[in-house]
Amino acid sequence: MYTIKKAGQLADKVYQMWVLAPHVARHAQAGQFVIFRIDEKGERIPLTISAVDGDSIRVIFMTIGKTTTHLAALQAGDHILDVAGPLGKPSETHTFGTCVLVGGGVGTASLPIIARALKASGNRVIGIVGARNAGLLILEDEMSKACDELLISTDDGTKGFHGFAADLLKQVMARERVDAVWIIGPAMMMKVTCEVTRPAGIKTFVSLNPVMVDGTGMCGSCRVIVDGETKFACVDGPEFDAHKVDFNLLMGRLRTYQPEEKESLERYNEHICSCKSGDHHA
Amino acid sequence: MNTSVPAKAVITMHDRTVEQRIHDFYEVDGGFTPEEAIAEAQRCLQCKKPLCVKGCPVSIDIPAFIREVASGDFKKAAAIIKEQNMLPAICGRVCPQEVQCEGECLLGLKEKPISIGELERFVADTERTQGMVLPEKKASTGRRVAVVGAGPAGLTASAELARMGYHVTLFESLHAAGGVLMYGIPAFRLPKEIVKAEIDAVLSLGVELKLNHLVGRSVTVKELLNYDAVFLGTGAGLPYFMGLPGENLPGVYSANEFLTRVNLMHADSFPVYDTPVKKGSCVVVAGGGNVAMDAARVARRLGGKVTLVYRRREEDLPAREAESLRAKEEGIEFVMCANPVKILGDQGITGVECVRMEMCDPDQSGRPEPAPIQGSHFTIDADVFIAAIGQGPNPLLISEIPELKRGKRGNVIVDDEFRTSMPRVFAGGDVATGAATVILAMGAAKSAALAIDKMLREE
Repeated sequence: MYTIKKAGQLADKVYQMWVLAPHVARHAQAGQFVIFRIDEKGERIPLTISAVDGDSIRVIFMTIGKTTTHLAALQAGDHILDVAGPLGKPSETHTFGTCVLVGGGVGTASLPIIARALKASGNRVIGIVGARNAGLLILEDEMSKACDELLISTDDGTKGFHGFAADLLKQVMARERVDAVWIIGPAMMMKVTCEVTRPAGIKTFVSLNPVMVDGTGMCGSCRVIVDGETKFACVDGPEFDAHKVDFNLLMGRLRTYQPEEKESLERYNEHICSCKSGDHHA
Repeated sequence: MNTSVPAKAVITMHDRTVEQRIHDFYEVDGGFTPEEAIAEAQRCLQCKKPLCVKGCPVSIDIPAFIREVASGDFKKAAAIIKEQNMLPAICGRVCPQEVQCEGECLLGLKEKPISIGELERFVADTERTQGMVLPEKKASTGRRVAVVGAGPAGLTASAELARMGYHVTLFESLHAAGGVLMYGIPAFRLPKEIVKAEIDAVLSLGVELKLNHLVGRSVTVKELLNYDAVFLGTGAGLPYFMGLPGENLPGVYSANEFLTRVNLMHADSFPVYDTPVKKGSCVVVAGGGNVAMDAARVARRLGGKVTLVYRRREEDLPAREAESLRAKEEGIEFVMCANPVKILGDQGITGVECVRMEMCDPDQSGRPEPAPIQGSHFTIDADVFIAAIGQGPNPLLISEIPELKRGKRGNVIVDDEFRTSMPRVFAGGDVATGAATVILAMGAAKSAALAIDKMLREE
C-alpha cells in the first residue's frame, strides 16, 4: 500500500498526485515511469514520473477511462495498492547544446524532470508548452523555472501564440541552432510535430504510451515498431528516436480496447451515481 | 527440449466432465479421496533401491511418504515431502511425473505406475486444510542473501536458505509472488489459492518479500551486491514472436500476455475486474508446448472456437500428453504439421494464413525437421491469434550486469554449483536453462542454495 500525500486538479480533466513510494523515488530518473494498480480489481497502468521529492513521486494524468477517473477521485491519505518502478530507460540527458522540449496537453507532465536533468548536464533548454486552450495548460511556472526560456501556444489563441506547438518549434529552429528535441504528447501530436525536425536531421525523442500490462518486458503488449524492428516500449523505451517510430501502428494498437474502455467507464460512472443517490443501500 | 517418449498418459477418473469444466476456471482434476489415496499407496512395492527418487529433481523420499499414506498417517507423509519440497500441492499438479518419478516406477513395466503426483497432491491438500506444519529452521547465521524473482526457483531458494538460517530478501517485480505459477499456469490446472497458501508457508519461514521491486531499476545491481550472496531466479519471461506479417495487429497476443491478462489480472471477469482481454470467437494458437495448451484451453473457456496449429506431428507435441488429451476433449481442434505464415486483417485480425509442413531428416533435437510444402497454403478464420512458441530469459536485469557471462540465447551461464561468472552471484531455473519446467527450476534452486550455504560457511 502506497499513501497518497497530496492530490489535486491542475486543469480541465488533468490531475496531479504525490505518492509515497521510496523504492521508486530513490532511483527514479527523467523519462522513467511507474505502474499503478489502484486496488485488488484494478488494471496495471503506466504513468510517467513527473517529479521526485524525497520519498515521494508525482504523477500527472488526464481522466480518460475508468482507472484514471477512479484515480482522480482519490485524495490525500488514500492509498494505491501497488506502485512498481521506476520502469523504462531514463532519458538520454547528456550534453547536446541547445535542447527544445515540446509538450502537448498532459504530455507536458513529463518535461520538467527532463528539463532539469538537461540543465544539469549543461544544456540550454527551451520549453514549448502547447494545449487546445488556456484552461488546459499545465506546469507553466515549473517549466519556466526549469527552462532558460518558455514559449506557450494554444490552438484557440486564448493564451500565448495562437497556433500549434509545432509552429513555435519551427520559429525556434529558424532563429537558432537546435541540437536535440523532445516531443511528448498525444500520439497524433508527436507524429505531426516530429516532421518539423526531420528535414534538418535534428535528434528528436518521443515518449510512447502504448497499452502495458506488466511493464517489465514480459508480455509484449506494448510492442512498437522502431526502425523496422519490434521493440517493447516498457524496457526498450519509453523514449525512442521520433523519426523511426511507426506512429500508425502505435495509434492502431492504442485503439485495441476502446470498446472495453468505454464499457468499463460507463459501468464505473453508473456505480458512482448509484452510490451518490444511495441506491446501493436499498 | 525433452526428447524422451512420455509414458502413456493417464487421465484420472476424477476429471470434471467437459461440459462442466469448459465454462469456468475451477480445477479439472478433482484428486483422490482418502480411501483412494490409501489404496493407491498400498500398491507401492517399497523398492529397496527406489528408482522413483532418482527421477525426482528435488529428491523427495517417495517410498517413505507413500508408506505413511498407506498407513493413513497423512501428516507424517506431508512432513516427509516438505523436508525436500516446500511446494508439494503445486508440484503434485504440474510436475511431468510421467517422465520423472512415475516414469521410473517399476510397476509401470507391467501395469500402471503409482500415481505419485496425485498422492503428493493429496497429501499436500490434506495438510493444507488441516493446518500446515513448517519444517525445522536452523538458528540465524546473521548473513543476508538476496533472491531475485519470486517464481518457482526464487521461492525454493528462499525457503531452503531461510531454513539454513539466512536472512532472505526476496524481490519480485509484479504485485504478487509466484511468477509463472500465478501469471502463466491457469487456475483450472493450478488453483491460485493453493499457490498463495504454499507461498505463505515459504514466507512464514521468515523470508522478507518485496513486491513491486524490479531489480536493476528499483534496486540497483550495486545494492544487490551488498548482500552476502545473490540468487538470480528471474526466469524466462521474454515472449518470442514469430516475425510474421500482421503480427502487431490488435488481437495478436504472446501467450504470456494472454495468460497474464486472464490468470493474474482476471480479465475473464472483466468488467468486474478492470483488465480486458479480446475473448475472440475464433482463436488460433501457434505452438505445441504446455503454454500453448494452457493458452488454448483458456481461450476455450472464454467462449471461443479454438484451433491449435503446430508445425510438427501430434506425437512430437512437447506438451504433457495428459494436457493435450484434455485440450482435445475440450474441443480444441488440432491442426498438426502446419505453420502460420501471415496474420490477415487491416484494423484487426480476420484470419491466419498457414502452410502445411512435411517432416524431413532429423534435426539437432533428433526429431524430423519440419519444412514447408510449396503451394500448400490455407487460411483459418480468426479474430484472435496467440503465439505460444516459447520464451527467452528475462533480459532486463542480466543486461544491467555486463560482467555476467551469457549464452547465445541470453541465458546466464552457471557452473555445476550454479555459480555465475560473478563472485557471490548464483543463478538457477529458466534464466540459466531457458524455458523448462517448474520442478527443474526448483531442483536447480535447491542445489544453488546448498552451494550458497557452502560458500558462506567456508568464509
